[in-house]
Amino acid sequence: MKQLAIVILAVVLLQACSGTSNKKADEKSANISNVSLTAAGATFPMPYYNMVFKTYGDKTGTQITYGGIGSGGGIRSLTDKVVDFGATDAYLDDAQMAEMPAEIVHIPTVLGAVVIAYNLEGVDGLKLSSELLEKIFMGEITKWNDSKIKSINPDLNLPDLAITVIVRSDGSGTTHIFSDYMSKISSKWADKVGTGKSLQWPVGMGAKGNPGVAGTISQTRGAVGYIGSEYAFAMKIQTAQLQNSSGNFVLPTIETVSAAAQGEIPADTRIMLTNSADPNSYPISGFTWIILYKEQNYNNRTKEQALATVKLLDWLVSEEAQGEAEKVHYAPLPASAVEKAKSILRGVTFDGTPLI
Amino acid sequence: MSNAISSLFAGFKKSSLGDLGGLGFKGLSSDKITKAVLLLSSFIILLVAGGMVYSLVEGAVPAFREFGFGFVFSNNWNPTSGSENYGALPFIAGTIITSVLALLISLPLSFSASLFLGEYYRGTRMAKVLGMMVDLLAGIPSIVYGLWAFYVLRPFLISMGLPNQGFGVFTASIILAIMIIPYATSLSNEIISMVPNELKEAAYSLGATKSEVIINVTIPSARSGIIAGYILSFGRALGETMAVTMIIGNSNVVPNGLFSTGNTMASVIANQFGEADGLKLSSLIAIGLLLFLLTGIINAIGKFIIKKMA
Repeated sequence: MKQLAIVILAVVLLQACSGTSNKKADEKSANISNVSLTAAGATFPMPYYNMVFKTYGDKTGTQITYGGIGSGGGIRSLTDKVVDFGATDAYLDDAQMAEMPAEIVHIPTVLGAVVIAYNLEGVDGLKLSSELLEKIFMGEITKWNDSKIKSINPDLNLPDLAITVIVRSDGSGTTHIFSDYMSKISSKWADKVGTGKSLQWPVGMGAKGNPGVAGTISQTRGAVGYIGSEYAFAMKIQTAQLQNSSGNFVLPTIETVSAAAQGEIPADTRIMLTNSADPNSYPISGFTWIILYKEQNYNNRTKEQALATVKLLDWLVSEEAQGEAEKVHYAPLPASAVEKAKSILRGVTFDGTPLI
Repeated sequence: MSNAISSLFAGFKKSSLGDLGGLGFKGLSSDKITKAVLLLSSFIILLVAGGMVYSLVEGAVPAFREFGFGFVFSNNWNPTSGSENYGALPFIAGTIITSVLALLISLPLSFSASLFLGEYYRGTRMAKVLGMMVDLLAGIPSIVYGLWAFYVLRPFLISMGLPNQGFGVFTASIILAIMIIPYATSLSNEIISMVPNELKEAAYSLGATKSEVIINVTIPSARSGIIAGYILSFGRALGETMAVTMIIGNSNVVPNGLFSTGNTMASVIANQFGEADGLKLSSLIAIGLLLFLLTGIINAIGKFIIKKMA
């Protein structure tokens, strides 16, 4: 009897609570400035999203919750229609687009770089050629004082230390960009390892997420690995200069990453920017995208919610938001990409009518 | 509404009074209701457990259909699209190797501690302090052990000259051992304290020394309980995730030595479920199912020994 009383009491209380919260939600959706949006996806642009979403929230009252669950998780969340928009570092190919329940569009939001971070005390300005990169990540060069590394870096005092390769143990858009580049510069890599969000690594130890790899590199002497640039800069980890397709050694900076996006960009913005032909470009650069449904009326979403989504994304590619990118070491979108993003957003509809 | 609630409580008071008085009809009806509620709660637990098994099996079917039982014995884990192939052997091997090693490392320590607590210094202040420390260790969350292993234990092992930058099966086993010591200690301590004093006193009266009593009386009569305690600790080590993930190196190969890096069933799931879909997701679920079965079997063996030998 006592149990029954408690159960009934709990049910009554729960209903009372949910009743009031439903009412609140109704009030919210009536007012566009109080809409809350949910998004999930890539961790690579997360420092940037966290910053600008907060700025936008303070400015307009639109609350945005972003879950850094990885690019694949972002795509799956959008497929399941549990988020307003998803985020991914790897664009969906035609086959993946066809598998989505409805037509989706890609909006590029920012340019990022994947850096080769290493931990060698007193060895600054390490240069890595394409050949060295291939041999280190395939386990063919195992010591830092290998003659091949020395011949490219004659001025550096390289220690007699084993190279510890650190890779991502989880699936990741960062891995996709890195392996896309590796497949472009090395046919052996393309053959044996390939491109993907998670790979069968010939060598190395795994750590989870960009923060996990960054932490492991900074804690491990002789370690080398690839991470989203912001994570290396935030933790002050050394980064290597890479040789681009023109043969120049370049550091990942705002300028060199921007340079990678100077070429022609397709109308749907789906392009990999790795190994760019621009002589000043940093070779492992790329767009990161937000993905959303072209027709925003699904799953009983309100028009306010759809409008808030599109307005947020329109602001995200505006000069104001793009100007913030440098603060967290991402490069702003080139003008041609902004233009294309804006025209894609104008094609996003609610019940067939464009929202903006 | 408040009326309804207060009348409910009033009803509760009345019927419990009825129970006390042993009054026929009212007592019976509240008894029936209690029974129904209890039955419902038990049924819900059954439903949840059954649903879990069902969804694990359902999720694992595509992987087993694709790879057959070779899935359990294949050591090729290749997620690259185009040449996708999944085998669970590296993770099964990693899980069993780390857990067995952890058990071996923890055995002398926890066995001595439980004898200390339950026999030699039983009831003393020192035993109380030690017992408290053991309970404290048992309560520390896994992630804290992982942090300690990553930032303290690993640099220490590197300075001792361990290869692979301190990552790997050996380090993972040490941290696992530390995690199961309190568990094994308090279980065997409990059993050792339960050995009847009459038996021990009889042995003493025949002139046995303390160590003779322990070897000839305490351990033989507590044996089954102690063994079961270690089996349950082993089951716990099998499923441990966070601390192991942080320290084992996460390379998807069968460990080829004590200091090699590897991966366990629990940590590959924790690492890869976020980005997984299709066949890979199914393979991860299949690994989950295998882990579920493995821990289930180990626990069943433990319980069987307790029942059979107690």
